[in-house]
Amino acid sequence: MSAIERPVVKPRPVYLNLVKIRLPLPGIVSILHRVSGAVLFLFAIPLLLAGVGASLASAESFAALKGFASHPLAKLVLLGFAWAYLHHFCAGIRYLLLDLHKGIELAPARQSSVVVLVVSLALTLIVGVRLW
Amino acid sequence: MVTRRQAVGAHYGLKDWLVQRVTAVLMALYTLLVLAIALWNGGIDHALWKSLFASGAFRLASFLFMVALLYHAWIGVRDIFMDYIKPVGLRLALEVATVAVLVAYLGWTIQLLWGVKA
Repeated sequence: MSAIERPVVKPRPVYLNLVKIRLPLPGIVSILHRVSGAVLFLFAIPLLLAGVGASLASAESFAALKGFASHPLAKLVLLGFAWAYLHHFCAGIRYLLLDLHKGIELAPARQSSVVVLVVSLALTLIVGVRLW
Repeated sequence: MVTRRQAVGAHYGLKDWLVQRVTAVLMALYTLLVLAIALWNGGIDHALWKSLFASGAFRLASFLFMVALLYHAWIGVRDIFMDYIKPVGLRLALEVATVAVLVAYLGWTIQLLWGVKA
């Protein structure tokens, strides 16, 4: 669209249609940052508190918690939380760097979003190997 | 003399932006601390875990981590509500529920860290 054809008032998105939005890589990192944050808030914080409580109560409850966490389904859930935490962690560091004006050009910003996706998945894999 | 008059806005934006980053750094440092302790000792058994939480410094660090986490969660969740929940009444209700839950988590944290154990 040329400058002349463009309407005086540029149409702005007035709603966020999550189905229609096609996201570039940094956008994918961004929405996963949000999704992982929501998951951590909804499920990981209460589980963390309950887990710390049980682990400190007695040697028996510590062992019971360990036994519960060794169930394959529990491991899968833990792995999901590990990814959420690691992705949120890595993407957060990327945002801190962007705030310091490091890598704000298009190309490095795209590269760093790939790094976030790859590093958080690689670290999740390490957690998975340690879990199993 | 009126030097600067602002007519609009809630003016919590910059403060929250900064808080979100400061709390993030605090949590990252605590995460690395616990990870380092686990790696250094080749895992964490019950005795080590107990002795960790017996230390006043570690309890304080854990408390700071949780305060940072809960404040960080509040800003993040409120931002999500502001983006997706348009009806004001519903958004307010969700925000109140979120604050209630987060404050309850803080109480739970204090109980875990300093509570009397039978």
